[in-house]
Amino acid sequence: MSTKTERIIGAEAVVRSLLAEGVEIAYGYPGGAIMPIYDELYKYQDKLHHVLTRHEQGATHAAQGFARTSGKVGVALATSGPGATNLITGIADAQIDSTPMVCITGQVASHLLGTDAFQETDVISISSPITKWNVQVTKAEDIPGAIAKAFYIAKSGRPGPVLIDITKDAQLSELDYSYEKCTNVRSYQPVPTTDIEKVKEAATLINAAKKPMIVFGQGVILGGAEQEFKAFIEKSGIPSAWTVLGLSALATNHPLNVGMVGMHGHYGPNKLTNECDVLIAVGMRFDDRVTGDLSKYAKQAKVVHFDIDPAEIDKNVKTDVAVLGDSKDTLGKILEFIEEKDHSAWLQQFRDFDKIEFEKVINGQLNPTKEGLTMGEVLQGINKATNDDAVIVSDVGQHQMMAVRYANFTHTRSNVTSGGLGTMGFALPASIGAKMGAPDRHVVAIIGDGGYQMTCQELGTILQTGTAVKIVVLNNEFLGMVRQWQQLFFDRRYASTEMTNPDFVKLAEAYSIPAKKVSARGDLQGAIDEMIACKTSYFLEVMVEKEDNVFPMVPTGASVSDVRLE
Amino acid sequence: MEEKKLYTISVYSENNLGLLNRISTIFVKRHINIESLTVSASEIKDVSRFIVVVKMTETAVKKIIGQLEKQVEVIKAYYHTDDEVIFTENAMFKFKSDLLFENPQIQNIIKEHSMNIITVNRTFFVVEKTARRPEIEAIYKAFEPFGIAQFVRSGRIAISKEAMNIRKILGEIVQ
Repeated sequence: MSTKTERIIGAEAVVRSLLAEGVEIAYGYPGGAIMPIYDELYKYQDKLHHVLTRHEQGATHAAQGFARTSGKVGVALATSGPGATNLITGIADAQIDSTPMVCITGQVASHLLGTDAFQETDVISISSPITKWNVQVTKAEDIPGAIAKAFYIAKSGRPGPVLIDITKDAQLSELDYSYEKCTNVRSYQPVPTTDIEKVKEAATLINAAKKPMIVFGQGVILGGAEQEFKAFIEKSGIPSAWTVLGLSALATNHPLNVGMVGMHGHYGPNKLTNECDVLIAVGMRFDDRVTGDLSKYAKQAKVVHFDIDPAEIDKNVKTDVAVLGDSKDTLGKILEFIEEKDHSAWLQQFRDFDKIEFEKVINGQLNPTKEGLTMGEVLQGINKATNDDAVIVSDVGQHQMMAVRYANFTHTRSNVTSGGLGTMGFALPASIGAKMGAPDRHVVAIIGDGGYQMTCQELGTILQTGTAVKIVVLNNEFLGMVRQWQQLFFDRRYASTEMTNPDFVKLAEAYSIPAKKVSARGDLQGAIDEMIACKTSYFLEVMVEKEDNVFPMVPTGASVSDVRLE
Repeated sequence: MEEKKLYTISVYSENNLGLLNRISTIFVKRHINIESLTVSASEIKDVSRFIVVVKMTETAVKKIIGQLEKQVEVIKAYYHTDDEVIFTENAMFKFKSDLLFENPQIQNIIKEHSMNIITVNRTFFVVEKTARRPEIEAIYKAFEPFGIAQFVRSGRIAISKEAMNIRKILGEIVQ
């Protein structure tokens, strides 16, 4: 700890504290109550790059995208009142998807709190249920400590968003500044102690299993445990399926990777969830989109659950053995107790289901005989152009499910999507942050025509920053996923799902982004190749079949083994 | 179906402005009706203690404990059945002073339940009882016919029979 202090104002302390935490990029939008901080950002602009988004929601999603690809904490800034409330969707998204993010909001001067002052809103109360922690700072001297605590909480344990609300008088008054990183909060135990006996118990169950199956989630990525996970499955020989957020923790072409579980997951892992004898969940939370009807979910199986969050144990699925701890640590520890096994006959059962799924679903997507383009063939084209190594940022809906089903991945932290909250409008701003977090990689945003129009103002951010994101809009002129449900469950009553869209190419061109529209199969691969080869950002609109559906599908309330192929 | 029971949840937390909001949200979003809620100081400086009484299944209360402990500023949360805690509530009754002379039964009720007289003046008097819910309800019923001017009852406060070890937990985390 440096004992030297300097007399500076609170606003400068904010920027200095961010720099002390290693922050190089922050996303935000200025306004009255945060102007002193922006004034300091101006002074420190050579050290801290502030990205002006076109809406505060865009700032949060960009911060999320940055966090997801870089593994660092994303930072978003906004003013009080509407600035603060516009952050809420992104904060809720980061909370449910465990994304480390620090949001800083300006607040009216402390003497005005509670007076319904101009742009006053109680953002602390509003954000309480959707933040890991939040605090209002009304004194300049509390700023460095609050920021240090915020970063520590956001990134430790199960990560999440935190919010610091700083009154304008605290920003403007002076303090004796010194910075000390936070290394513990006495009421908070980020990583539970791992019980080695539980590790051994889990290993015993796993070693004795005849038909074990792994379902892995984002916990593998958040723990930086990709290598330990791979070693664990390779030694144990266990077929491993992923959740949407677990995708890319294990290469999609790994021989033990058996695909995705859940509502639009693959046929084999859904069917065989209800046949396995030991189900090993790693860093996942048994979301309802994963489990379908809980009363018919893996009832025959013993359940082993690895997680960092004790509140996830037994929350949805009763666990036989819970291994608490950081995934890198627990997966590393269990390896020595795991016996080398070959489950090839059991693995073959997954592959047999794959064949059925290929014939009934995948072949039609990848090798279509109908005239209309499929979303699957677009993803296949992107795989080809990027050698299976792009960062894919998807929005929410049919195109998202197609993206996670058909995109191939070789590297971790390559799949960025709004999983838990299902936030339409996520992908375009998230892709900006994702590219800044992984500047050397191809970042391709896959977005539907609906979600695109929720945040397409962020084209302005792309224009201003020159961020080379590749934007692919899969246009079916429908809110496709809702339309699919209307078709299947509401007797084709397409209530408010048909879209009359603008000329998206012109829109992109208005922002000086090279743009192309493809409607014929013969033009598709060439356009994708051109997009990937382009050094700048690029917009590609692909007109796809209007009424295609995403299959397989586990209808709401059905068991995962009742997964439908058509 | 698992039986719903009354559970006393004790939450030790940092003394933080927004924490009451966070804690109540955990119950509200799950449609869990809070039977009573009391926040006070605890045996440790700057550590608050919440006592929340809920009626629910043990499976559900365990999940609630997990959600409570997940809050950064919650040090530890426990749940107990009525057999595992010493608990009480506090009730106050206000009457017009005339009633005391018109209805001698009121005096009998006060004596019978060993109630404390907090204040008496020409216009009103206030009596108090610290007891468990059934006795307070019995007193209420007994007083009711005479016209209670004001009644108030506190939430449950409770102390566990088992040791809570909060100091040890704080020590362990701090090291």
